[in-house]
Amino acid sequence: MKSLEEINQIREQKRKELDLRVNLKANTREKHILVCRGTGCTSSKSPVIIDTFRKLIEEKHIENVKVIQTGCFGLCAKGPIVIIRPEDTFYAMVTPDDCEEIINTHIVEGKLVERLLCKDIDESVVHSLDELSFYKKQKRIALKNCGVINPESIDEYIAFDGYKALEKVLTSMSQDEVIEEISKSGLRGRGGAGFPTGKKWSFTKMAEGDQKYVVCNADEGDPGAFMDRSILEGDPHCVIEAMMIAGYAIGADKGYIYVRAEYPIAVHRFQVAIDQAREYGILGKNIWNTGFNFDLEIRLGAGAFVCGEETALLESIEGRRGQPRLKPPYPANAGLWGKPTLINNVETYANITKIILNGADWYNSIGTETSKGTKVFALGGNVVNVGLVEVPMGTTLREIVFDIGGGIPGGKEFKAAQTGGPSGGCIPKEHLDTPIDYESLSSIGSMMGSGGLIVMDDTKCMVNLAKFYLGFTVDESCGKCTPCRIGTKRMLEILTKICDGEGTESDIEKLETLAKNISKASVCGLGQTAPNPVLSTLKYFKDEYKAHVVDKKCPAGECKALASITINPELCKGCGICKRNCPVDAITGEVKQAHKINPEICIKCGSCVEKCPFKAISK
Amino acid sequence: MEEKCVDKKVREETKEILEKHPREKDQLIMVLNDVQEKYGYIPKQSQLVISEYLSMPMAEIYGVITFYSRFTLSPKGKYNIAVCLGTACFVKGSEKILDRVKQKLGIDVGQTTPDGKFSIDATRCIGACGLAPVFTVNDEVYGKATVQMVDEVIEKYQKM
Amino acid sequence: MSNKEEITLTIDGKQVSVEKGTTILEAAKKVNIDIPTLCFLKEINEAGDCRMCVVEVEGRRGFATSCIQKAEEGMVVKTNTPNVIEARKMVLDLTLSNHERDCLTCSRNGNCELQDLCIKYHVQNVEYEGERTEHEIDDASPSIVRNFNKCILCRRCISTCKKVQEIGAIDCAGRGFESSVSTTYNDSLKDVDCTFCGQCILSCPTGALQEKESIEDVWKKLRDPETYVIVQTAPAVRVALGEEFGMPIGTNVKGKMVTALKELGFDKVFDTNTGADLTIMEEANEFIERLQNGGTLPMITSCSPGWVRFAEKNYGELLGHLSSCKSPHQMFGAILKSYFAEKYRIDRNKICTVSVMPCIAKKYECSRPEMEVDGVRDVDYVITTRELAKMIKQANIEFTELEDNDFEDPMGEASGAGAIFGTTGGVMEAAIRTAVDTLENKSIDKIEYKEVRGEKGIKEATLNVAGKEIKIAVASGLANARKIMEQIKENKSPYHFVEIMACPGGCVVGGGQPIKSSKTRSAVDVRKLRADSIYAIDEKSKIRKSHENPFIKKLYDEYLEKPGSHLSHKYLHTKYNAKAKYDI
Repeated sequence: MKSLEEINQIREQKRKELDLRVNLKANTREKHILVCRGTGCTSSKSPVIIDTFRKLIEEKHIENVKVIQTGCFGLCAKGPIVIIRPEDTFYAMVTPDDCEEIINTHIVEGKLVERLLCKDIDESVVHSLDELSFYKKQKRIALKNCGVINPESIDEYIAFDGYKALEKVLTSMSQDEVIEEISKSGLRGRGGAGFPTGKKWSFTKMAEGDQKYVVCNADEGDPGAFMDRSILEGDPHCVIEAMMIAGYAIGADKGYIYVRAEYPIAVHRFQVAIDQAREYGILGKNIWNTGFNFDLEIRLGAGAFVCGEETALLESIEGRRGQPRLKPPYPANAGLWGKPTLINNVETYANITKIILNGADWYNSIGTETSKGTKVFALGGNVVNVGLVEVPMGTTLREIVFDIGGGIPGGKEFKAAQTGGPSGGCIPKEHLDTPIDYESLSSIGSMMGSGGLIVMDDTKCMVNLAKFYLGFTVDESCGKCTPCRIGTKRMLEILTKICDGEGTESDIEKLETLAKNISKASVCGLGQTAPNPVLSTLKYFKDEYKAHVVDKKCPAGECKALASITINPELCKGCGICKRNCPVDAITGEVKQAHKINPEICIKCGSCVEKCPFKAISK
Repeated sequence: MEEKCVDKKVREETKEILEKHPREKDQLIMVLNDVQEKYGYIPKQSQLVISEYLSMPMAEIYGVITFYSRFTLSPKGKYNIAVCLGTACFVKGSEKILDRVKQKLGIDVGQTTPDGKFSIDATRCIGACGLAPVFTVNDEVYGKATVQMVDEVIEKYQKM
Repeated sequence: MSNKEEITLTIDGKQVSVEKGTTILEAAKKVNIDIPTLCFLKEINEAGDCRMCVVEVEGRRGFATSCIQKAEEGMVVKTNTPNVIEARKMVLDLTLSNHERDCLTCSRNGNCELQDLCIKYHVQNVEYEGERTEHEIDDASPSIVRNFNKCILCRRCISTCKKVQEIGAIDCAGRGFESSVSTTYNDSLKDVDCTFCGQCILSCPTGALQEKESIEDVWKKLRDPETYVIVQTAPAVRVALGEEFGMPIGTNVKGKMVTALKELGFDKVFDTNTGADLTIMEEANEFIERLQNGGTLPMITSCSPGWVRFAEKNYGELLGHLSSCKSPHQMFGAILKSYFAEKYRIDRNKICTVSVMPCIAKKYECSRPEMEVDGVRDVDYVITTRELAKMIKQANIEFTELEDNDFEDPMGEASGAGAIFGTTGGVMEAAIRTAVDTLENKSIDKIEYKEVRGEKGIKEATLNVAGKEIKIAVASGLANARKIMEQIKENKSPYHFVEIMACPGGCVVGGGQPIKSSKTRSAVDVRKLRADSIYAIDEKSKIRKSHENPFIKKLYDEYLEKPGSHLSHKYLHTKYNAKAKYDI
C-alpha cells in the first residue's frame, strides 16, 4: 500500500531517472536499449534479442546500460525494432545475431551500426525516430507511452504522469465535473460508431441502480486491426486509470475488461498491471483515503467477433453464448446482470487521462469540427510502412497512405483503402483527399470503425474482397436473427458464384436487395453493417462486378476461375524458374525455349507470375 | 479399463481447475479457457464435471463451446498449422498459403491428419501484420510466407 | 381500475391507450391489428430473433421489434409499410430457403405457423435458394422425433425446456448459418437429461418436433381379427380432442369420442378415469400406511411419467418418496390383461391395449421394462390426442356430426375424482377425498378442495383430518418439482403429501394435446378452458369419490381383495431406479 505522498515521491524520483527516454540531451551516462515486445516484433523473436543483449552486457561487464522491453513503436514493417536512448538511434529488422555488433560498435565504441539503421521511404538513412517521415504527421495521445515505458513497470507509468489524473479527479473534481470535462472535450467512442463519450457517461450516471459497472471492450475483432492490443501491450495502466476515473464519474466500484484470449501478451501485461495497482493500493477499498472503492477483473473472450458488439460482450461476460440483446434497453440502463453499465473501448479510455490532465480545451483544439482528438489506425495491406499510426482527426487518407505509409510497394497503383473492417467500406482513389472523421467516412459509404485501414493495390479484385468480408461475417454471425444468419450466407453464395464466373446480372440485383434488407432488419450492428463491404464496392466498382458476370473476366486477375495464366513466348527466355516453382508441375519446356502452361493442370496459384524475371507470364 | 483411468484423471484435473474459480455460472468461459489450454480441447468428462459443479445443463455448455471458435471438441494435431486470414494477410495472398497447406496435408481447416501429426486452423489477425502473410506452427511464427516456404516447413515437421 | 400509468399512441392511424409497459404488439391487438410473429411465444420466448414482427416507428432509425419493445407515449407506429412488408417477405424467403419443404406430407401440414405466414404474405417462390443445413433425424427415443431439417431456429423449444421446465436438454449449438438446436454432442434425446414431457413439441411452430407416432401399429392391430383391441382414454383427452375438429377449446367431446373409437373398430372402449379411481384407492391407502407407520414422507404421486423420469435422473437418492403406484392407465392395462381377461375368458396374449393419452412420456412409460406382469405388457401402445384425431380423420369419420355414446360397462364407470386427474391438483384432490373419508372413517361432506386448484406453480394447503394436521402441496412443471425436491434434499420439506405433474398446468396441456398457435396462446388461457371443462365433468358426476365407485368396489371384492394386497402389488405397483442423467 502506498499513500498519495509516496506515489508522488516515486513519480518525482523515477521521472529523473527516465529523462533519457524522452530527452535527447538528457544529462546522464546511462543508456537504455529499448526493444519492442509488441506482438509483431515478438513474433519475429524480439524476446531472444532482449535475452541476447542482457547476456552480452553481463558477459562484458558493461555498466550503465539497461535493456528495456517496451510496447509497440508503430512501424511494424521494420520490426524487430531496437532503439537506443537518449540518442534515439533507430535500428530496424534486428536479428539476435546482430546484438553483438550493436553492443560492440554502438555501446562500447560509440559508433553507429550503419547497416542496421532504418531507411526512410526515399531510401535515405535515418538516425533517429523523429526523422522518419512515418512519424512526422502523427500525433501520439492514446499511444503516448507506447514504446517509451516498460509496460510491466507501474513505477515507469507513474513517472510519466501516471495516476495523476486519477489523483486530480478524486481530490478535486465532482462526478459531474468529470463528465462535463469529458463532454466538453468532444471525445467520441473509438470502437467505431462514434457515440459521444461524455453523453454515455452521463446516461450511465443518471441511470438508477444500486450497483453499476464499468466495462472495457478489448475484444478487437476486426481482422486487420491491432490498435487496442498495442495499447494494452504498451500502456496497460492508462486503461486501468481511465476505467477508475469512469467508475468515479458514474458511481461504479467494479470494472471488467473483456479481452480476446488470442492476445496472450496483452492479457498477461494487463494482469500484471492490475496486480501492481492492487499492491500499491490504487485498486481496492478507500483508495488514498478518498472513500472511493474500485476493483477490476479480466474476462477472456474465446474467439467470437460478435462479442465486440456491446450487448453480446455483456452476454459473454455473464458466461453465455455471445448473442446480442435487443436495444433498447441500452447497457447504460440495463447492462451487466441488468445493472447500469458503461462500456467504452480501449482507445477511448486511452484518451481519458490526457483530457483530464491537459483539459478539455486542449483536446478540443485537435481534430475537426465534429471529430475531436486523434485516431489510431492499424495500417496494413499493400503499403510500404505497415504499422500503427495515430493521426489528428481530419488528416486525409492520402496523407496516411502516402506520407506516413510510404505509398504502394512494388511500383503498383493505389486502388482502394478499406476502413471499418467487415462493417466498413472501400474508399476509391477519387476520395483519397477525404479528411478522416466520423461524418466524412460515412458520407462516402465507409465508416471509421475501430481503426483497421487496409490498402489495396491494383491487383486486388473488389468482388473477391467483398467475398472475403462476407465470408468473415458468415463465419462470425451469431446465428440469432434470420436476416444475418441466412441472409449473409446467401450473399456469400452469390458472390462466390460471381467470382467463379457463374454469376448473372440478376445476381447483382439480388445482392443489392438482400443487402438493403439485411441492413434494415438485422438485430445488431454486425448484421446491420455486414452488407457494407458489398454495398460500397458495388457503389465504386460496379464495372468490376459487371466484368465478372457479363464478360466473364476478373479485371484484377485475382479470381482463379476467371483467370488464365499464359506465357508470352516473345518474352520467355526459357530460364526454367517458373517450371521449378510450379507446385503442380503444370509448366513444360526445354531450356532456352519458350515454356508452356497446361491449363488442365494449372491451379492458377500465380507463383510463376511472381517468379518470372522477365515478366513473361501474365494472368 | 485404461480408458476409465484416463476419464478419472481428467475429472480430477478439471475439478482442480474449477476450484480456482468462484462457483458462479458466469465463470463458464473462464473455466473452459483453462480446460482448452490444458488439453488442447475440451474433453467430455470435463464437461460433465463442469455441468455438475456449476449446476448447468450439458447442452448449454456444449452450446457455449460450439459458439466460440477457440474451443474445440477434439484434440488438435501434434503440429497445428494456423494460417492467418486477417485482412492484411488476405490482401497479401494468405488464401494461397492456406490452399497450399490444405493440399499438402490433404485435410481441410479444422481437421487433423489420420496420423494425428498435423491439423489446420484458419485464424484471424495474429498481430504480425508487418510480416504478412503469416502462418504459425504451434508457437513458431513464419512470416512473409510463400507457397515454397509452406512446402519446406511442412517437410521439416514431417521429418520431426 | 388499474392504478398503472396509461399512455396513448397511434398505430396505423388508430389511437390506442394502454398501460405503460405494454408491448407494441399487444397494443396493436387492442385495435385489432394482428402483427405477424414467428419466434414469439408469450412469456416464454420473447427474443425478437425472427424479425417478422418488425414495424416502423416515426422518428426512429431502423425497425422496432414489436414483440418486445414497449409502447411509448405519443409513439406513431406503422405496422404495414412497404419497407416492413419487404423485410418480412425476405425473412420468410430466407427461412424457407433453409427449410425442408415437404409440407404436404408433414405432420404439421395445416397447423404450421410458418405455412400460415407464407399464405398470408403470398410467398410464391423462394428467391434466395442456397445451401441447406443438414441434420440427422433423431427418432431413437420412444417419445419424440426431432427432424431439425424443418427447424427454423425460433428457439421456442429451447426457452420452454430451459426457462419453463428448467431442464435445458436442448440448447442452441454452433454459430451463424451452422447454428442448430441441439442436445449435448447432438446425442439422442433418449440419452440425455430430456424427460419426454413434450412441452417442446407444443411450442414448435413447424414440424421439427413431434411425437413418435404409433398410428400404423394401432391400425395393424385393429385390422387383425385375431387381436382383441381395447382402448382407454385419459381424462384430459375428451376436453381437447374436439379442437382438432374445429370445436371450441375445452369442449367436452366424451360422447363423440366414444362413438368414434367404436367406429374405428376397437373391441372395447374404456375410460382411464376408472383406472384413476383404482390408483386413488391404492395411493390413498399407501399414504395412510406411510402416515401411520412412519413411512417415508412426504409421499409424492407417481402418475406423471415425465416427472418420474426426472426424479430418476436427478434425485436417485430420494426415490423412496415416490408412491409405488403405477399410473392409472398402466394399472388399468394390467387389470385388463388379468381380471378382465380371466372374467371374459379372453386369451390375454391376444389382447392389445391401447391408451389414448394427452402425453408423450406415456409412450416411454409403457415401454419401461417394469411395466409388465409375467411377461405380459400392461399397455401395448400409447397414442396421443393428436394421433387419435388423425386416425379419426383417416377413417373418414365426420367427428362433429357423431352422436354421443357412453363408455362400455362393466368397466366404464368412473367417479368425478377420476376425471379431475387430468389437471394439476386433481390427483391430490381425488386422493384427499378418499383419504379423509378413510381416516375419519365416515363420508365427509366436503368434496371440493379449491385450494389445490388453479394455475399457481406450487399450491399448498393444511388439512385437519381426524385431529391431525396434514400438509399437502401440489406442484406442476418440472421447475417447481425441482423446488419441492431441493427442499426435501435439505430436509426442510414441511409436507406430508405432494402431487407432482411434469407439465405446467397438468395433463390438460400435456405434450400430446392439440397444438395451439402462439397467437391463440397469447389470446386465451388454454389450460383454464380445458381444466374448467374437467371440473364441470366432476361437478356433474353422481359419484365424486373413488372409493364410492361401484366397479372399484366390485373389483376389490372379486379380485384384488383390498388396497395394498398381494395381488395389488403384483399388478398395480412398481419400482423406480436411479438413472444416469447423461448416458453418453
